[in-house]
Amino acid sequence: MLKTTDLVKRFGKFTALNGVNIEVNQGEIYGFIGPNGAGKSTTIRILLGMLKADAGEAKIFGQDAWKEAVQIHQRMAYVPGDVNLWPRLTGGEVIDLFLSLRGSRGKQVRKRREELMERFQLDPTKKCATYSKGNRQKVALVAAFASDADLYILDEPTSGLDPLMERVFQECILEAKREGKSVLLSSHILSEVEKVCDRIAIIRQGEIIESGTLAQLRHLTRTHLQIETRQPVSGLQALAGIHHLEQKGHTLALQVDADELDRVIQHVSPYGIVKLESAPPTLEDVFLRHYEDAGGR
Amino acid sequence: MASEFARSGILFRFIMKKERFRSLLWLVGVPCFTFIITFALDDLYPTQQARDGMAEGMRNPAMTAMVGPGDLDHYTLGAMTAHQMLLFTAIIVGLMNILLVTRHTRGDEEKGRMEIIQSLPVGRLSNLHAMLLMVCVSNLLLALVTGFGLATLPFDGMGLEGSLLYGAVLGGIGLFFAGVAALFAQLSGSNRGARGYAITLLVIAYLMRGIGDVTVEALSWISPLGWVTKAQVYAHNDWWPVCLMFLGSAIGFAGAYYLHSIRDLGAGFLNERPGRKQASPLLRTPIGLAWRLQRTGTIAWGIGMLLIGLSYGSVLGELESFFQENEMMKQFLAEAPGVSLTEQFISKIITVMAILATVPPVMAMNKLYGEEKRNRIEPVLGRAVSRTRLMTSYGLLSAGNGFVMLSLAAIGLWAAGTAAMEGKLAFGMVYSAAIAFYPALLVMIGTSAMLIGLLPKWNALVWLYLFYSFIVVYLGGLFQFPEWVAQISPFGHIPQLPVEEMDVSKVWLLTAVAILLATVGWMGYKRRDLHG
Repeated sequence: MLKTTDLVKRFGKFTALNGVNIEVNQGEIYGFIGPNGAGKSTTIRILLGMLKADAGEAKIFGQDAWKEAVQIHQRMAYVPGDVNLWPRLTGGEVIDLFLSLRGSRGKQVRKRREELMERFQLDPTKKCATYSKGNRQKVALVAAFASDADLYILDEPTSGLDPLMERVFQECILEAKREGKSVLLSSHILSEVEKVCDRIAIIRQGEIIESGTLAQLRHLTRTHLQIETRQPVSGLQALAGIHHLEQKGHTLALQVDADELDRVIQHVSPYGIVKLESAPPTLEDVFLRHYEDAGGR
Repeated sequence: MASEFARSGILFRFIMKKERFRSLLWLVGVPCFTFIITFALDDLYPTQQARDGMAEGMRNPAMTAMVGPGDLDHYTLGAMTAHQMLLFTAIIVGLMNILLVTRHTRGDEEKGRMEIIQSLPVGRLSNLHAMLLMVCVSNLLLALVTGFGLATLPFDGMGLEGSLLYGAVLGGIGLFFAGVAALFAQLSGSNRGARGYAITLLVIAYLMRGIGDVTVEALSWISPLGWVTKAQVYAHNDWWPVCLMFLGSAIGFAGAYYLHSIRDLGAGFLNERPGRKQASPLLRTPIGLAWRLQRTGTIAWGIGMLLIGLSYGSVLGELESFFQENEMMKQFLAEAPGVSLTEQFISKIITVMAILATVPPVMAMNKLYGEEKRNRIEPVLGRAVSRTRLMTSYGLLSAGNGFVMLSLAAIGLWAAGTAAMEGKLAFGMVYSAAIAFYPALLVMIGTSAMLIGLLPKWNALVWLYLFYSFIVVYLGGLFQFPEWVAQISPFGHIPQLPVEEMDVSKVWLLTAVAILLATVGWMGYKRRDLHG
């Protein structure tokens, strides 16, 4: 579906991408994660044929992303993280423009359009100048999902959406997946992509540092636990998969590898749990983990 | 390669739809303006004798530098219209094309709208191609409407060929500068930059033609605005300059197509120089920030005021003879005993210049509300800066701005005038006549401050007031308005030196009014809600 091979992009002296390899298969939601400035948007813009790679290959549907951009875009939809629209056009007008530029028309598309506006609670009669960031994003999302694309490239599409709308968005991409479509979803929040993605690639300073299925990356994700017990817990050190353990009397703070969680909880519960708080792993943890594994680099 | 242009048609219709009102406005406005001026010239100079008199007044280097050469020996109504109007209309058409093209190319790209368009199955060159279609259609329409419209006017000396050429020159120069703008939209990485470079080229073309027409002929041959006069509309009717314009436009667009097809979206070829790493100590105060935001504009206006002064001054030498043959000007200036017509003209010019010099300081004051509307006042007032201090900063800056503008215009007028006239022009006379208007200028700043404080949404009213002042002061003599009509404007109270006597009490009175208005504004600003 989508494949980059050793992609390199330089802006002057600055190397934005240094050999990026990602591959999205059919019917797959692929998470593309990294902090700001890591090279996510640069990679995506190369895939869209807006930037020309200095070296390496970017192919979508087996076609070159720069040379065959128009053919590729007929079967692909894109939503940027920062949606800018014409202030004096209404949301409805913009959606129609996008759909007609794509060549999508007919009853089916109109129906999808109405249905999606309903789901995203978008008022299409308002001028784009009055829309908030989230509403402008909805315009782009409606236009993207109303068209019948085979591949969706979404660059931090939920950065302006509230949690309810984010749910709607997640439903939309899961539906697309069920129809055998592929999605490339970029984000800087790990937990957000974790919910929906089949495979994940993590990019940092223009290089992919980890990639694979969630199960393969399970070793990267640790849950933060804060536990308070009636009796002081002992013998935790002997267990595998525990990191950064801090113990102060009755309270414990620790990180647990996801696959060891069950054993740790079983070990702790006989001591009488008073309070248990857990926090999902963050991107920083993954990076820290990565450095630990790579010996600090 | 057809896919490079995929769906240009839809984008073309989209641009047309977005531009329909603006395009209609200038497709109707420019030809109508031309027709009205033609009628007005026919009215003012109904006989060949009157036109020959005007032609004599035009026969001097200063006028040639300003409006270009004309067929002064056969100054028919057509030749006169082409001589007086074609060059200026061409500049306006060029400017409109520059703004149109940059807005839809680099402008849309900079705002990030091209990114979504380009992610759709749209060719890399489609938008540029749609833009080319758009400028072709609108300039063709402009040429046809103007050309056939002029041909149908009931005047002698305006034949069909000349009329069509008149239109074609306007359309041609429009296409030429559209090409220039398209090229700079690729070269520069920002909309401001693209627009700035293209307009600079337009100004250079005008200056080159001006210098060329008076001194080195070759300079006007390479200036596209020189080609406008070389067409000799309603005289020899040469069509080759129009071909040159088409050729130039084609080269511009071809270059733009090529550069656009090889570059990254959002990138330019001329690198922006990096900004300062730290704020200079000056920038760290509210007044420093206000100045920094307006610096470029203020400098541009300053140069503009100096040029206006210089160009008015340069014609002073030829005026006396010109006046003797011009009945309307006599009526316009209303003779006064003991004062030469030149001196009367100077006082008139200074009044006009004073009103023009009021524009930049009022803009500087209004910037306070402009910043508020764009939500940029909040981060300033969020710091330990009081509203009074903020408004005082803008007020002081504006007052200083006005003083400099007035001075520059007066200096320009004096410098060019004293060089052009036989008898020397006294600097003190010109400068004091100009500075006498400073209190009126302060009243306008005060009005702006008052509106910002009390009725911020109606803050544009100050422009209406200034426009009113311009009309009553500039045309008051011609239309014989009653006294009180002029008295409503602060400019109507200023004694017109050197014709009238200096009246110090009025100066103090106006200054007091300005301070009062400003104080009301300051009080209001302290109390009202901020709008953003």
